[in-house]
Amino acid sequence: MSKRLAASFAKANKENRGILGIFVSAGDPDTKTSIKILDGLVESGVDMIELGMPFSDPMADGPAIQAASLRAIRSGMTLKGSLEIAAQFREKHKDVPLILMGYYNPIYRFGVEAFLSEAKAAGADGLIIVDLPPEEDVELCDPSLQAGIDFIRLITPTTLGDRLPFVLEKASGFIYYVSIAGITGTKSAHLETIASAVGRIKHVSELPVVTGFGIRTPEQAATVASVGDGAIVGSAVVEIIADASANNLSSDETAKKVARFAKSLSVAIAKQTSN
Amino acid sequence: MNDTQPNSFKTMPDENGRFGIHGGRFVAETLMPLILQVEAAYKEASADPAFSKELTYFQKHYVGRPSPLYFAERLTEHYGGAKLYLKRDELNHTGAHKINNVLGQALLAKKMGKTKIIAETGAGQHGVATATACALFNLECEVFMGAEDVKRQKPNVDRMRLLGATIHPVTSGTSTLKDAMNEALRYWVANPDTHFYIIGTAAGPHPYPEMVRNFQSIIGREAKEQLFEADGRLPDALIACIGGGSNALGLFHPFLDDTDVSIYGVEAAGLGIDTGKHAASLTGGTPGVLHGNRTYLLQNEDGQIDDAHSISAGLDYPGIGPEHSWLHDIGRVKYVSATDEEALIQFQLCSRLEGIIPALEPSHALAFAAKQLPLMRKEQIVILNMCGRGDKDLEAVLPKLDERGLL
Repeated sequence: MSKRLAASFAKANKENRGILGIFVSAGDPDTKTSIKILDGLVESGVDMIELGMPFSDPMADGPAIQAASLRAIRSGMTLKGSLEIAAQFREKHKDVPLILMGYYNPIYRFGVEAFLSEAKAAGADGLIIVDLPPEEDVELCDPSLQAGIDFIRLITPTTLGDRLPFVLEKASGFIYYVSIAGITGTKSAHLETIASAVGRIKHVSELPVVTGFGIRTPEQAATVASVGDGAIVGSAVVEIIADASANNLSSDETAKKVARFAKSLSVAIAKQTSN
Repeated sequence: MNDTQPNSFKTMPDENGRFGIHGGRFVAETLMPLILQVEAAYKEASADPAFSKELTYFQKHYVGRPSPLYFAERLTEHYGGAKLYLKRDELNHTGAHKINNVLGQALLAKKMGKTKIIAETGAGQHGVATATACALFNLECEVFMGAEDVKRQKPNVDRMRLLGATIHPVTSGTSTLKDAMNEALRYWVANPDTHFYIIGTAAGPHPYPEMVRNFQSIIGREAKEQLFEADGRLPDALIACIGGGSNALGLFHPFLDDTDVSIYGVEAAGLGIDTGKHAASLTGGTPGVLHGNRTYLLQNEDGQIDDAHSISAGLDYPGIGPEHSWLHDIGRVKYVSATDEEALIQFQLCSRLEGIIPALEPSHALAFAAKQLPLMRKEQIVILNMCGRGDKDLEAVLPKLDERGLL
């Protein structure tokens, strides 16, 4: 596990709470605002940033994150640009874990080796690449682990039986539990279902389990984080950016709105200490 | 063919679903267990004589197979060169080759105990075929179709509705086939237990490219046998149009090891390859990963998928089946292209000379035949896959023919 991730989980553990991860798309709605949003997230007590590298055809994402990707691409964002935003983030925020999330095609086109070396230089701690299951590990997972970047495994409600230990075999960093069978920003899972899945995963792996998909409110974030090691919120954040962008708010105003929401999430998680 | 060529061109894919560097299983974890289930069920069905017996029954009595291999005498005379045979898959029930694959997958879905079917469609031919099979086998049918295509292909939309399918018009992205496939995959991710996804072309994650090819290979097997009966020999060349490429692979695959047979796949050049407004992934694309497989794609330098353009909704796709990408890489099949304009001219010509109204898709294949046949000798034989009929295209094509004084 990357040092920054380890420290982040240890800190949260000490405070008897889960971590809060926030997803935003790099360059949404533009580079300048995107950087301000990231700064605001750190100030609001967010423990981990999941930075989306926009792709034209995000197969696992719902309308909100699809729209975020398109806004970013239209504003000129590229994979290279996403890595530059990551590097700028790392310069200012030495300790906050940064996970790059995306789809394989832009990376494949960029070149796996070049991508990994630039991601490493930019201070990325891990990768979440949605369309690379363990069956395709030779593509990016293996080289990524070799380069010292965690390759975050996704476990879903359909990862059952023998498949669970198989998928977790090379798990690193933390385990991302996708709490619903579905795309981002649509339905939400019941807390008991999440708790039982987290238990199942912890039976197989000692890594922290962070839950995402369908977490929209401070209350949900707090309860979900309490049954595992953290919660990731994406679509609900991205919708605030969409709204601000539609209303032509300034970069500062947009970042402030996002920060306010992130703060409400982190406060709720801090209040609800794990049981 | 040089010395580095494999002994057989029919051994792909490997166990990981690879055709050379192409193919694979690039899907979200939610789908992975499903795809493994489909693979296991397909393997079992392929080895089960009862399954192929049932499929053969429906192919014969429901679809009307074998489709004729017809000597197109007047087109042959017009082109002035090799003899042109048309493999008449446009005479199949539902009017295109799509039903060959759909019946196979629908029977497989039933065997797996699935009651609901998802399909994507571009021109609507695959959607109609799927809606048809669902009516026949009492399965629920949900079809994802780009909103733009819903407008372009109204007669097929009406057919699907009549057959009892639910249409989901897709407004994300460019509102065409690529986006319909994205939405179908998203819907499948959300409904993994109840639904079976019938992919319409020889693309997508393994085992789809292999499975669809095998269900479509009946086209080539029949054609081979029919030409032996008629002329006692193999053809000199095969021609088929390519969107995802299932009709083409269906015709080509049984002939891949007959290396004296030249094989041509015709992509849609839209307004012309150099205009950038085309759908020719092999001619104008680069390898990438989309919709579960690695294959040639229309994409920009940053790996963002470009819009495809073709007058034919069925060819309007920025990718191509992975086996075609491999056959292109190793040079067994030669991939060429035809423009919207060339296809329009053949649409009219074939109607007037043969009394066969071709779909816009095979009109692209005819456009290449018009150039290639005159270069060949009169005793040579070419089989062209007439993979669909053109009724669905009349609304789009007739005003254009009128403008050109071709009506």
